[in-house]
Amino acid sequence: MYRTISRAAGAAAGLCLTGAAPAFAQSVDETVNQIFANSTGWFVSFIFSPFPGTSFPWIVAWLVIAATVFTIYFVFIQFRAFGHAISLVKGDYSDPNDAGEVSHFQALATALSGTVGLGNIAGVAVAVGIGGPGATFWMILAGLMGMATKFTECTLGVKYRNEYEDGTVSGGPMYYLTKGFAERGLPGGKILAVMFSIFCILGALGGGNMFQANQAHQQISGIVGDYPGWITGVIFALVVFAVIVGGLKSIARVTEKVVPFMGVTYVLAALVIIIMNADMIRWAFGQIFQGAFTGLGVAGGMVGALIQGFKRAAFSNEAGVGSAAIAHSAVRTKEPITEGFVSLLEPFIDTVVICTMTALVIIISGQLLTDPETGLYLVGESGMIQTADGTSGVSLTSAAFASAFGWFPYVLALAVVLFAFSTMISWSYYGLKAWTYLFGEGKNKEIVFKVIFCIFVVIGASANLGPVIDFSDAAIFAMAVVNVLGLYFLMPIVRRELHSYLERLKAGEIKKFH
Amino acid sequence: MSGKFVVGYDGSEAAQRALEFAIDRAAAQGGSVLIAHVLEWSPYSFLTPNELEERHKRRREELERAETALMAPVVKAASGKGAEIESVIRYGRIAEVLCDIAKENEAGQIFIGRNGHSAWGARVFGSVASALVQTAPVPCTIVP
Repeated sequence: MYRTISRAAGAAAGLCLTGAAPAFAQSVDETVNQIFANSTGWFVSFIFSPFPGTSFPWIVAWLVIAATVFTIYFVFIQFRAFGHAISLVKGDYSDPNDAGEVSHFQALATALSGTVGLGNIAGVAVAVGIGGPGATFWMILAGLMGMATKFTECTLGVKYRNEYEDGTVSGGPMYYLTKGFAERGLPGGKILAVMFSIFCILGALGGGNMFQANQAHQQISGIVGDYPGWITGVIFALVVFAVIVGGLKSIARVTEKVVPFMGVTYVLAALVIIIMNADMIRWAFGQIFQGAFTGLGVAGGMVGALIQGFKRAAFSNEAGVGSAAIAHSAVRTKEPITEGFVSLLEPFIDTVVICTMTALVIIISGQLLTDPETGLYLVGESGMIQTADGTSGVSLTSAAFASAFGWFPYVLALAVVLFAFSTMISWSYYGLKAWTYLFGEGKNKEIVFKVIFCIFVVIGASANLGPVIDFSDAAIFAMAVVNVLGLYFLMPIVRRELHSYLERLKAGEIKKFH
Repeated sequence: MSGKFVVGYDGSEAAQRALEFAIDRAAAQGGSVLIAHVLEWSPYSFLTPNELEERHKRRREELERAETALMAPVVKAASGKGAEIESVIRYGRIAEVLCDIAKENEAGQIFIGRNGHSAWGARVFGSVASALVQTAPVPCTIVP
């Protein structure tokens, strides 16, 4: 697997220079790719190192244990508060005098446009392509549990945000780690906040940027024919630059309006395909359940399916990562807990609904090849399940949709490009917040980060999928290490808020306005 | 019937005509006029993270601008014409908010100007006048 190669090559960080020297004759893409793989390999292998003697990465266990702890600690809040969350989003509890302020719906929609994207399309294809249909089961389970994690972090995000004189707000893990720890009299909050910020910047450049640029390029070159990735990178970088540095709001605004429609179109298309193959739904779920506990021949068996499912769910809905806490913290509410309730819908929509749709379409399309005699999936040398068209990642999803609608790859390509773009815009903001937390606010300091961000767009589009996807996952999971640790110490604060709110809701003190 | 009239005002010529028309009627009855300015807003729109962050600040600026540039001058100009003048600025869907304001103030009538979109334009963009006529809790006067 590519990971072992990059690990060996990246053992000494100094190699990145010597590795680049003979590469002059190579294309720009290959050079960028090699430097990238060499310089990030050590980080990736640390984050994904398995428990000794097993193939189970400790980071996956970390997230699943966290989601389980929060689910139990808040007594299945994701199911108890689901209905209330929906009435909050509908605006049933919004004071009409607050009209014109950020609504629960808007905070949720913005946070969603940062998470719904390639994870749901390409990420799921990668998970199912390696872990088989069974990965879907673990992905849904992780999505449901992750709702409790998201609830915890977003409540804290609103509670400990900074509100400035001029009316702007800044929130996120770096603020609740600092203020929350201080409030509880615990040491180390500041250190965690700084660590989180560093990882957040790396995550913004990795999963929030390079992975997006990379997959957008794959998608475009799949349609117009192969061409060097740096061209896509430069074009994307210029547009991103125009928006985040040039303040060209019109592009961002158009994207923010088109993206939700693309999301709905995607889900509808998936639903149509599933309904068209209604007779296969039972079979597909059979594969999902059977694969979940036996693996159906995939690399690593049941554990392989489980790891892929959990990994993709976490990468897609970002529960525990802390990014959503940044996006959600701008809402106008007197009760921080209400934003926690609203945010728990996010993993549900993202993972339980949209990711599952993608997985079902891939399974139903029959793209994954099985051995006709044993019914087990055929695994290639790379550990990936062999596919009908030899595709993987976003191309696999594209091929699966194309088996029903020949024209869908074009729609999907547009969707991927737009999703990639809106995710980049969101992550440039998350990264910027972490950057200004570390280095202080100021126009020049912000510009430096924004320019670095744009450079990474080019690198991401030029590099191969392997090293980029590894680094993306690693950086984002590193955020979760710090964030979740903080959440454990701060969860009693959330519980206090929760009890107080539920009591007042029951007593009728919190009233509906509509 | 209450002597308070609500006038939807956006600074346009049509709104000005509606306001004058309402003031004449109110003055004749010894009633009052509530000038209402509605900033079009939907809680279900989509914003970028940056816009979310600045929303509270922008809202404050928008309200200030509406007050100083639009409402203060019109209230001043309308005063002393025989009717008591009040003003209000709100966010929301224009027709909906005008209805709410009328209900809250127990107003007897709503006045708005018609800006004369073509029938096609009204169909595409929606028309405040037709939405108001459909839903208003009190009689409406549309001033051409």
